[in-house]
Formats: sequence, C-alpha cells, structure tokens
Amino acid sequence: MEVPKDLLYTEEHEWIRVKGNKGVIGITHFAQDQLGDVVFVELPQKGATVSQSKTFGVVESVKTVSDLYGPVGGAVTAVNQELESHPEQVNSDPYGKGWMIEVEISSAKELENLLSPEKYAERIKEETH
Amino acid sequence: MVPFAGWYMPIQYAGVVQEHLCVRDGVGIFDVSHMGEIDISGKDAKKFLQTLVTNDVDKLSDRAILYALMCYENGGVVDDLLVHRLAEDHYFLCVNASNADKDYQWVLDRARSFQVEARNISAETVQLALQGKHSEPLLQRLSDVALDDIKYYHFKTGKIHNIDCIIARTGYTGEDGFEIYFNAEHAERVFGKIIEEGRDFGLQPIGLGARDTLRLEMGYALYGNEIGAASSPLEAGLGWVIKLQKQAEFAGREALRRQKESGLKRKLAGIKLLDRGVPRSHYRVLREGHPVGEITSGTFSPSLNCGIAMCYVSSECAEKGTRLEVEIRSQRVPAEVVPLPFVPSRVKK
Repeated sequence: MEVPKDLLYTEEHEWIRVKGNKGVIGITHFAQDQLGDVVFVELPQKGATVSQSKTFGVVESVKTVSDLYGPVGGAVTAVNQELESHPEQVNSDPYGKGWMIEVEISSAKELENLLSPEKYAERIKEETH
Repeated sequence: MVPFAGWYMPIQYAGVVQEHLCVRDGVGIFDVSHMGEIDISGKDAKKFLQTLVTNDVDKLSDRAILYALMCYENGGVVDDLLVHRLAEDHYFLCVNASNADKDYQWVLDRARSFQVEARNISAETVQLALQGKHSEPLLQRLSDVALDDIKYYHFKTGKIHNIDCIIARTGYTGEDGFEIYFNAEHAERVFGKIIEEGRDFGLQPIGLGARDTLRLEMGYALYGNEIGAASSPLEAGLGWVIKLQKQAEFAGREALRRQKESGLKRKLAGIKLLDRGVPRSHYRVLREGHPVGEITSGTFSPSLNCGIAMCYVSSECAEKGTRLEVEIRSQRVPAEVVPLPFVPSRVKK
C-alpha cells in the first residue's frame, strides 16, 4: 500500500498535503482499496468551513458509504469538480487526480495531531491483520 | 473475505464493477457452495412437496426445475428455493445458505406423516455457477453431454472434467448460464479446470458484491431483504409462484388467499435515482415529502450507471413513472418508479 512520505494522515484514512497555509485533502490508497469502486463523492462548497475530526463529506462506493473527516480545520478554497463526473479517479489516483478539497489551514497547531507517514503505515498494517 | 451464513466468502476478487461487467459481457464463475441442498426421496415425495411449497410440483417433468416458496401459516416466507425433479419419487431442493438448517428442520417436521426420506446434503455438495454468454461454449469443452438442448429451468446429469454433475440452466444474474452441483471432494479439481479452460473466454471468479448487483439489476428477490418471515410474498410480486388453486393444502395458503382477497396495502417497486447518489437498504422513500415506504435493496447499477433500488411502497405509489424521493442522509434525491427488471434479461428461454 502506497503511503507517500510528503503527506500527513488521519486515523480515518484521509491525507493532507501542506503547502504554506494551504492544505490539499484526499483519501489514502488503503481507504480507496477498502471501499472498492467509488461512484459518488459528496463534497462541501467552496467557502464552507471544515473542522478537524468532523465530517466534511461522504464517499459512496458500490459496496458501502463512508464519511470523510477533516484532517484540519479551515475554509474550503477549492473543490475537485472533476470528481463529479469521474469519481473513479479516487481509486485510480488517490494521491493525485483523486484529491478532494483544498483548505486554508486556520491553525497550524492542529497538524501536530496528525499521523506521520511511518505511523500511518503501521496503522494500516494493524488493520490488515 | 467476510463471514456469510457460517462461511467465509470473498466480497470481491478484482472489484465489484469490473466483475459485474465481466458477467454481463462475457462469463464469470461463482463458487456458491454455501447454498444449501436437501435431497427428498420416497414413494410420497411428490405428494409431500405439494404440501411443502407454494408452486405446483405436479407440473414438473423429470429434469425440470421450479422456483417456489415455503411459507409459514401466516403467509410469511420460510425460504425461497429451487425444486429439481430427478424422478417422480426423487427431488433435490436448493435453498439459501442462511436458512439451510432452519429449512431442513422445517422439512423434517412436515415430512413425518409421509413416506419420504429427507437428507441435508449441503456439506457434501458443491455448487458452482457459470454465468454469461460464453458459459455454454466454455462448459461444453469440459462436458460429455450436449448442453445446447438444456432449456431454461431444466437440467441434465453428466460429467464435467470426468466428475458426475447435475448441470442446470439456472442462475441469479439474468444472463444465460449454468448452475452445477457435484460432490465436494472434487471441488478444487473442477473449479481449477474451469478456471484454466476459461482463460480463452476471459473468465473471472466473481464475489458476493457483484452477485448482489447482478441480481438487483434483474429485480430478483433476496431472502432477508425483499422476502422474509414478516413480509408477504404477494407484496413482493411473487404471486406467480403461489398456486392458490392447486389441490394440495400447503402452509400459508389460507393467509395468502385472504391477503389476495382484501387487496395489497403495499407493493415492491423498482426505482431509479434521477440524481446522483446510492440508495441503500432501509433508506426512507417519500412522495412529495411524505414517507411512503422503505428500500429493501439498493446499489449503484454498473450497467446503467445510476442508483437503483427495490422498495416497498404503498400500492398507489408503485405505478410506473411515479415520482418519489429517497432520503439519503439529509438530502432528498428524486427517483422514479420503473418496471422490473432494471436491465433486460438475457436468459435462454
């Protein structure tokens, strides 16, 4: 399972790529693999506020439905509109074209609550056993 | 892998959508050995089955199959099943895995006053389903009997890869195909050989996930969802397998007759979402904001690329074209009643 080194992770399998005061958010390779074929992603509007550990959206696969949890709090500055017509990009490219939202991080301190790539890799190892 | 009715079964091998389309476009193999089998033999076998199931076993000729229900006295469903006639005094029933033990007990309890022997042969019987348009040419390569003249809901006994099998033209996908029964000691050998021979046909193993999306596109009932002990099979649209006029008295007949006479309050309907979303079981169904029913099974249809569901709604809402809404979390997604099946059946009639 791919766990890129330049990202931070949540216990619920979201990732965030931090650049300055902005963060791009998606779900991990492990998460998309567990969900199977993603057919619909429900995301907040640009300008909405998301909070750390609170749901900001929903991802529906053929098999199941799963909530999306904010890795950090902040205002949504961009939404991946492509997922509306191509939700399968969450499966094919979870760390790239499958990104979901970009937020302006309101408190950098919240990043300290997230998992490092090493910790996250351990975490999913536990879950697959 | 997930626990399912006491078995460990794969939800998917390669992915639900891909497996689904593999069956619709070509051929897939399902290991459905979890299904239960009950052998019924003896002088009174036919007479007994006439009292056991709702459909008319009298109509069966040798090597023919009947879809039927076993009902409780109140009309609720014990299980839905297939009755295979080997001879006038010899049948075998294929029942749901989750109900196999209950069914066997039900059969034993009711068989007491008849000269029949009932045996639960579930553990020693393997069932494989080969489904999709390439099923016949693929299976023919391994079979010593001609398959092209096995009609829908009929079977032959013959050898597959030199193993004695029952080869039935039945299935749960709406595609042409076969369900094959044989002794469990040969399971790996036969499965392996079909997989090997299937390479030329793009054969793939199919998991429980696609088994459910395939049956749902056909509007086939699933025990525990559309039918069960607490719901009416008439409301489920299964009146065609309930022969109230047949001579033999069967459990549930009076209750079902009364239901039919007093009219059905609700009906099973197929709905298609008109907007994005995936309907799932137990979601509420509304009409102009008022609750009118509940979803029994729902999914994203890989063939139609939209959400589809079966639901019980009050009878006046079950008309084709009726606009309804499905409550998905906090949203109400518009939907429309459509005729079943959602996708045209391609079984070989």
